[in-house]
Amino acid sequence: MATPGYGRIVRDGLWENNGVLVMLLGMCPTMAMTATATNGFGMGLATAVVMAASSLMVATFRNYITREVRIPVYILIVAANVTFVDLAMNAYMHELYKVLGLFIPLIVSNCLPLARLESFASREPVLPSLVDGIFMGLGFTLALTLIGAVREILGSGTLFADASLLLGPAFKVVEMRVMPADMGVLLFILPPGGFLVTGLIVVGKRMLDIRAGKGIQMAGAHSV
Amino acid sequence: MKQRTLIHGVILGLFCLGFGLALALTEYVTHDAILARAMEDRQNSLGQVIPTAIHDNNPVVDTIQMQDAAGRELTVYRALKGGRVTGVAFEVFGSGYAGKMKFMLGVDAEGRVLGVRVLSHKETPGLGDKIEVKKGDWILQFAGLSLGDPPAEKWAVKKDGGRFDQFTGATITPRGTVAAIRSGLDFYAAHEAQLLEVN
Repeated sequence: MATPGYGRIVRDGLWENNGVLVMLLGMCPTMAMTATATNGFGMGLATAVVMAASSLMVATFRNYITREVRIPVYILIVAANVTFVDLAMNAYMHELYKVLGLFIPLIVSNCLPLARLESFASREPVLPSLVDGIFMGLGFTLALTLIGAVREILGSGTLFADASLLLGPAFKVVEMRVMPADMGVLLFILPPGGFLVTGLIVVGKRMLDIRAGKGIQMAGAHSV
Repeated sequence: MKQRTLIHGVILGLFCLGFGLALALTEYVTHDAILARAMEDRQNSLGQVIPTAIHDNNPVVDTIQMQDAAGRELTVYRALKGGRVTGVAFEVFGSGYAGKMKFMLGVDAEGRVLGVRVLSHKETPGLGDKIEVKKGDWILQFAGLSLGDPPAEKWAVKKDGGRFDQFTGATITPRGTVAAIRSGLDFYAAHEAQLLEVN
């Protein structure tokens, strides 16, 4: 299989082969971290960093990792990258760590990085793998932020609450109250709401794709 | 076949060794910075539960070692003014929805809460984490309260017949928090003489 072009990799990562909305991978952090849009966004970004670093490393060493031991090696690399990010952020970006720190260990439980290492980074050159890691991570961020926004509006009546804690005081302007707090439906903040909203957004995405005449491509989506 | 198995083992072993070394190096480089950050956090949280107006010493270094009701070693930070103890601060523990929660509790010389802040917890983001002062005012309501005010049976969340609000979607977290603060006040009441003694 020839290495796909960068435009293809970007489109796949963000939309056409989106890790959450098409491949339905990484459901554990998706359900756990999308009670608010801000949490989803933070989790997505942390995951993108780990995915980019892991894809880069696996692609670099791809000729030395034999088939038989590749899975433990991938897990080792993902777990090591998670720990690097965790330690470095704790030491040098402590304010951000206080907000994101809760999410970082959860990245190990995400099978999306592992899936991309197996199906992309282990076969392709270094640079396309890095781009794939970055854009799959950003696609993950997009999906989590979207699910988080819907759950937050329906469940708490706010949008991007606490964004200024994550991104700095300048982002106070994006924090909104869409409707009074007591109108929120608790179900949407709880785990069942996560499944419902994720399912509805997957349906919505497919309808958009079918309307655009691209529905057939769904069959080509690979799952691991 | 044997030969191949050996090669795989060696490859896996080399990766483990390489990343193990890299992790050890990262830990070594970040170790001091992480400790320093933890110390700053403690000073910040101490400043929030002991107002600077009531002391002329440095409570972070003016400490005594005691044992709490569970037999744990407890460091008590003391605020002194004019040679008299005006307040103490110490850690209290509560059990939350997802594990242990750690708080810093400040108590004045009359047994009233000066302030309480969460130091660490694993509660659900968006639900239980409203005990953090950054995410809500809930934890501030305890300032000025003592064992008699409200009366003992009201030291509980509303669901349990007490006077403190639980959160939407989270009752266990506030319940554990209220119990932790109460246990801290019990500890203060039981050891008041020792805590206020100036040595």
